[in-house]
Amino acid sequence: MTATPLPYDQLKGPTTVRRLLTTPTTGPLVALLLACVFFSLTTEQFLSGGNFSLIVQQVMVVGTLAIGQTLIILTAGIDLSCGAVMAFGSIVIAKTAAEGGLPPLVAVALGLAVCAGFGLVNGLLVQLIPLPPFIVTLGMLNVAFALTHIYSAEQTITNLPGPLTALGETFPLGNTDITYGSLVTIALFLVFAYALSSTSWGRHVYALGNSPEAARLNGIRTSRLTIGLYTLAGAVYGIAALLLISRTGVGDPQAGQTDNLDSITAVVLGGTSLFGGRGAVLGTFIGVLIVGVFRNGLQLMGVASIYQTLITGVLVILAVTVDQISRKKAR
Amino acid sequence: MLRRNRTTFASIGFTALATVSALTLTACGSGAQGGSGDDGVKVGLITKTDTNPFFVKMKEGAEQAAKDNGVELVSAAGKFDGDNAGQVTAIENMVNSGVKGILITPNDSKAIVPALEKARAKGVLIIALDSPTDPQDATDALFATDNVKAGELIGQYAKAAMAGKEAKIATLDLAPGVAVGVQRHQGFLKGFGVAEGDIACMQDTGGDQAKGQTAMENCLQKSPDINVVYTINEPAALGAYTALKAKGLEKKVLVVSVDGGCTGTKAVKEGKIAATSQQYPLQMASQGVKAVADFAKNGKKASGYTDTGVTLITDAAKTGVDSKDTAYGLEKCWG
Amino acid sequence: MSTTDVTPVLQARGLVKRYGHVTAIDGADFDLLPGEVLAVIGDNGAGKTSLIKALTGAITPDEGEIRLNGEPIRFTGPQSARQHGIETVYQDLAVAASMDIASNMFLGRELRRPGLLGSALRMLDKKRMRQEAAAHMADLKIGLRSLTQPVETLSGGQRQAVAVARSVAWAKSVVVMDEPTAALGVKESGQVLDLIRRVRDKGMPVVLISHNMPHVFEIADRIHIHRLGRREALIKPSDYSMAEVVAIMTGALRVSDDGGTVVADAGAAEAAGVSTH
Repeated sequence: MTATPLPYDQLKGPTTVRRLLTTPTTGPLVALLLACVFFSLTTEQFLSGGNFSLIVQQVMVVGTLAIGQTLIILTAGIDLSCGAVMAFGSIVIAKTAAEGGLPPLVAVALGLAVCAGFGLVNGLLVQLIPLPPFIVTLGMLNVAFALTHIYSAEQTITNLPGPLTALGETFPLGNTDITYGSLVTIALFLVFAYALSSTSWGRHVYALGNSPEAARLNGIRTSRLTIGLYTLAGAVYGIAALLLISRTGVGDPQAGQTDNLDSITAVVLGGTSLFGGRGAVLGTFIGVLIVGVFRNGLQLMGVASIYQTLITGVLVILAVTVDQISRKKAR
Repeated sequence: MLRRNRTTFASIGFTALATVSALTLTACGSGAQGGSGDDGVKVGLITKTDTNPFFVKMKEGAEQAAKDNGVELVSAAGKFDGDNAGQVTAIENMVNSGVKGILITPNDSKAIVPALEKARAKGVLIIALDSPTDPQDATDALFATDNVKAGELIGQYAKAAMAGKEAKIATLDLAPGVAVGVQRHQGFLKGFGVAEGDIACMQDTGGDQAKGQTAMENCLQKSPDINVVYTINEPAALGAYTALKAKGLEKKVLVVSVDGGCTGTKAVKEGKIAATSQQYPLQMASQGVKAVADFAKNGKKASGYTDTGVTLITDAAKTGVDSKDTAYGLEKCWG
Repeated sequence: MSTTDVTPVLQARGLVKRYGHVTAIDGADFDLLPGEVLAVIGDNGAGKTSLIKALTGAITPDEGEIRLNGEPIRFTGPQSARQHGIETVYQDLAVAASMDIASNMFLGRELRRPGLLGSALRMLDKKRMRQEAAAHMADLKIGLRSLTQPVETLSGGQRQAVAVARSVAWAKSVVVMDEPTAALGVKESGQVLDLIRRVRDKGMPVVLISHNMPHVFEIADRIHIHRLGRREALIKPSDYSMAEVVAIMTGALRVSDDGGTVVADAGAAEAAGVSTH
């Protein structure tokens, strides 16, 4: 039996148009643009540099969390502890600096280390025992939540040293005030977008999310990679903790209680698959902007906040439906 | 090819559906918010959450007052009790949308302050409803129940109801460090004339019925002879009642509360709770909206503290303690 | 081709692997000659998977010796076997479904850009990976529409081709293929068998694990029959019928020292379709 080889043809990359049409980020991006057009037409205040700057500033904390969340979800995991870990990190930073007398930079470093430590423990439990990420991070959510309240003694920490809130300051660009923290978030998104798309590490993350076994058989040290990812996500939550402090100007033990679900919402809205291995961190940025734009636009229109929640819910269901359908079709 | 196209369709489908749903929902939302004023004065109302009946009533009062004063009301809420970030975002968005004033029940009395200061710097009138900020002068004015007085009233009532019997008191409180809870608790002690050390059992309930029940069960384990129970609000009181009933103690123990929600007032009528201090969220909101409308009209800012009133509600009135019956209470109740 | 005057590419003697009371490999031998397709067959539970795992570094045998090109060698893991030029095409192919063909071919061995972009920014050289992947695919005459299409959009046979091409591209000594036609239809199986032939024609020896007797007889130069944890026989397909091979595999027949067969279980042999007279 001699079978003819399949017709041999060109080995070019896909055209730009085709690539655009097939990336999971395109749908969310168009949805975002349409939402912007809609709110620009229906409200006077929406379409302004100041308002856009405000929206980015409003999403920078959840957006930063969502970067870490994207890393975890790309491995087919999930992190329920991110908001609580961030809250604990922010209390550590605020309290050690404002009451413990640590120099602000040391306090920030300590907060980052604490958050990364939480990530490391998550990663170790998920990889080495192994336990399902859902359960591990659910447990860690409670641990971090409790520690936040114990360590803060339920007290909001005020009178923070100036450097801690420096990222909440603004600088004028034209006649728009830009928050430094927004730039940190955008920079983080760009760094992770590059690392995920253009380095070996990024390829390995996607391979791990597709199939840990396949990744391992191809010589990728999946155990190290997984633990590293959780730790890195933790460190990113630490940056979010600093942004949180700079945005609100206080250390707030109640902060971040719904941020775990909000960050998952952003990741899913951005077209990243909950089943792992598919998606992009820039999609997450779009996802978080979708939430921010709807919240801001509806507020400007005078629509009650409960409808924002309703719309977000509908969008999430749409996004996962699209993910599921396109995954099925691809098989 | 086929597969690629399907993915494309999926993308387009997502976009289309997202847009349609957004438009539809927005349309509903606008409809629900209809009846705004024409002169363009906007008033913002930010409640702790938008699910608690207390805030639902508050919003109702604000909506009515907005109509009466010819202003437009925009409202927002935190996602959960304690959600500061959500309230900050709402303040920013409202300021951006050009509100004249914001009425807010702060989720975190300290954490909200920087955002409020920014808003005030832009000339927005800020009025705290229900609970003060810390410091209190971070807002222009405070329209709230005098929680100490509310506690005091109920304390005096309990003292009179005990008629000289020796009291073994349990207090089912809110949470450590929360002003409302502390003030009511202190007021109760003052009204009853006891010291902190004389309390047989103190438990936090978060104002939650299930936690109230657990707390009462634990208190009864500790001191089975408790005969007076002060509760932070009626859900906690009803939780306590369930625990007492399970032990057959519901007739022997005096349960008193603060808040005046409709469910709670009904419970007073049914005798599950002996008395409650009723507060008036509707008043807070309608007076707040009026204050902003006045500010828009003549530039005069409201200031200081305005007591929105508190009334003792009970069907077993005691001499020497002013009270109204549950018929009155049910007429004025919220939720 | 004689076993005496040629150094086997991969050879094993007396391999033993025990798991508690279970002996998965029980003194197994193995010989793979240069440029041949060696089929490894055996009943379920005969221990051929364990043997293959030992030869590809996935498990470390308790006893015995493995030689690569005549040199004794010890693998510490699949990675070390790969470093010694032994590549495996796993049954589930070990591909990342959402990633494109070129990315899969270079998975775990990505190429970086030259210069600072590569060393400091660790930037991948996507173009070069695509070109090299294309060259490998062309070398094996595997035709695909585009190397940037995700593997999940490919048919089973095409995925198999990608996995084979990847192994061949990296293998220096041996390519091991685990049931490469198991999940495929007739036409695609034919294409994969053709592909295996082309791999052999390039001079790369292939170890083929298969249950499919017709495929084994079509492509294999020699057949290693595994039974009860050891090599029962090493035969040429031309010397035996398919029915006899099956009978040897199940223990109904034995290969005698002179290369003939001895009936070990007449009933079973008859049932397998071998005449016992």
